[in-house]
Amino acid sequence: MMRIHLEGVGIHAPGLVGWEQAAAVLAGRAGYDPQPPARLSPALLPPDVRRRTTEHIRLAVEVASQAVAQAQRDAAQLSSVFASSESDGAITHNICEEVARETPEVSPTRFHNSVNNAPAGYWCMATGARGPSTSLAGFDATFAMGLLEAACQLHTEAEAVLLVAHDTPLPEPLNGVRPMTAAFGAALVLTRDPTPRSLAALDIDIAQPDAAETALADAALETLRRGNPAARGLALLAALARATRAECVLPYVAGQRLRVTVEPGA
Amino acid sequence: MTPLVLTRFTAVNALGRGIEAIFARLKTGVSGLAPCRFEGVKIETYTGEVAGLDDAPVVERLAEFDCRNNRLAQATLRQDGFEHAVAAAVASYGASRIAVVLGTSTSGILATEHAYRRRDPASGALPADFHFATTHNLYATADFVQRYLGLTGPAAMISTACSSSAKAFAQARRLIQLGLCDAAVVGGVDSLCLNTLYGFASLDLVAREPCRPCAADRAGISIGEAAGFALLERPDEAEATSGVSFLGYGESADAYHMSTPDPEGVGALLSMQRALDSAGLEPGAIDYVNMHGTASQVNDAMEDKAITRLFGRDTPCSSTKGWTGHALGAAGITEAVIAALCLQRGFLPGCLNTRAIDPGFTSRVLRDNADAKLSHVVSNSFGFGGSNCSLVFGRAS
Repeated sequence: MMRIHLEGVGIHAPGLVGWEQAAAVLAGRAGYDPQPPARLSPALLPPDVRRRTTEHIRLAVEVASQAVAQAQRDAAQLSSVFASSESDGAITHNICEEVARETPEVSPTRFHNSVNNAPAGYWCMATGARGPSTSLAGFDATFAMGLLEAACQLHTEAEAVLLVAHDTPLPEPLNGVRPMTAAFGAALVLTRDPTPRSLAALDIDIAQPDAAETALADAALETLRRGNPAARGLALLAALARATRAECVLPYVAGQRLRVTVEPGA
Repeated sequence: MTPLVLTRFTAVNALGRGIEAIFARLKTGVSGLAPCRFEGVKIETYTGEVAGLDDAPVVERLAEFDCRNNRLAQATLRQDGFEHAVAAAVASYGASRIAVVLGTSTSGILATEHAYRRRDPASGALPADFHFATTHNLYATADFVQRYLGLTGPAAMISTACSSSAKAFAQARRLIQLGLCDAAVVGGVDSLCLNTLYGFASLDLVAREPCRPCAADRAGISIGEAAGFALLERPDEAEATSGVSFLGYGESADAYHMSTPDPEGVGALLSMQRALDSAGLEPGAIDYVNMHGTASQVNDAMEDKAITRLFGRDTPCSSTKGWTGHALGAAGITEAVIAALCLQRGFLPGCLNTRAIDPGFTSRVLRDNADAKLSHVVSNSFGFGGSNCSLVFGRAS
């Protein structure tokens, strides 16, 4: 079992915009209205850089900025773990269409934005973070994989780690083979030791495959959770929002589960 | 860090299948690069292609994983007794105690590129026999390797462009240190695809001739495909090993530009310095640096600067990409395996295809192969987005 602490949360998804509002919805204090959120324009990115980014990149930068602001941390000092199952689907679609043509013309900006660590690259450039930064993919285990890697970094070498999990739906025809219902991004600032700003302690364990994945009671929220690999983290965020000790079970690799016990205020 | 041993390691790339074939061509200075004939690509360049993948599908029980990337992974698992070494580790630790941590840049995207040529003309739908999750999805090859080897422990696919499979060593080491597993299969797989060939060409980064790392007249990269794996274990638990240890790692971000490294090499220097700190070694203890050395103007110049600042002018260094091409997400494991071979066999590779080292360089870049007893070697991998990773390997005591 590994214990880590949480200092800040960022979230951006239909009907869940920022932690304060999202926590009220996830705790059942407010109703859930899955309106698509406004187009993002994160202030952290200078306008000339922002123009070269995509929705997928801006989603990561937005939720990361929210979490770091709540944690009152200097972003430049944080290690980071970015977790995304499908990278930037709009770019994948565009380049695959292009290279199917007789004379392909691939846009250089699109190509360098196509790497899975493009969001991490823009984040590090915007914040000046030169610490370790990794970008992972694990299909439907992506959120749990990122959380476990962040916890491993905290218990070996880092004092504070930013975890960003985000996925955006692929355009057709790719959405037909890897369906997602909505874009979802969440970020957590995690620390090794408790601090005055800690919101909760998280105890993390690899659990056996027979442990049932934690679902959300609200049907529309459950649709969101199941409709995006990064949104599998909603089970953890809902436990946090309820502010009582709770256990949640997240899908992990090889049919295994990641068990996270959330202890608010610890 | 506490050293880990490479119980077994293996690789497949343009030089051949398995470490003996690869070492023979390193030693004799025979490149694996050839004029690009891949998929009718209309780019004048050389590539490091692996022969024989078209006729070698993946095992029947994993048929839905069949694609070039997983074929390359399977071909590699079958070299150098690697799968048998993993089976022995399963027998001693159990399948759930062995992790799989790999790196890739584009996974099996070629399968999607093919599927896009076979879309339904009316609906635009992809063909029914296309399996996205088990081919193109970034995690597909880690999933394949886990299933092929019958492992059920922790797993991850790192995708940080050209540093991916170097960073796999770092992540696997954290898992072992924390007791989440007892051993780890680390490595990476990246196969040729149209995305990267046309993409790098669009950035004017592709050389027309075989790449010439560190040459004054270097003119860009040659793209290669490759796979490699290493089995990492704690030294007290491993039985017969390769005689090579994994001693340290360093990771950093450039925070500079998406597709150009910081010309001052700040991020590269940080990753090498952190790797030495992690290994508990002074710069003077390093006998050879296997450079990232892509043969792009900016990379090689900044890497030379960073190496000089850390190691001075006397530590031998070189890039082996003139042999293999740039294997992108698999570059880290390809060069980790070469570093391990150098340590095992007392070999210093030069920069193949390079006639004269850039006279502006200040580090001791080797043009020609040499023999020398080596104790500690650093391997560098730097990627788009400014993602850097340096690894330290040593001869096991």
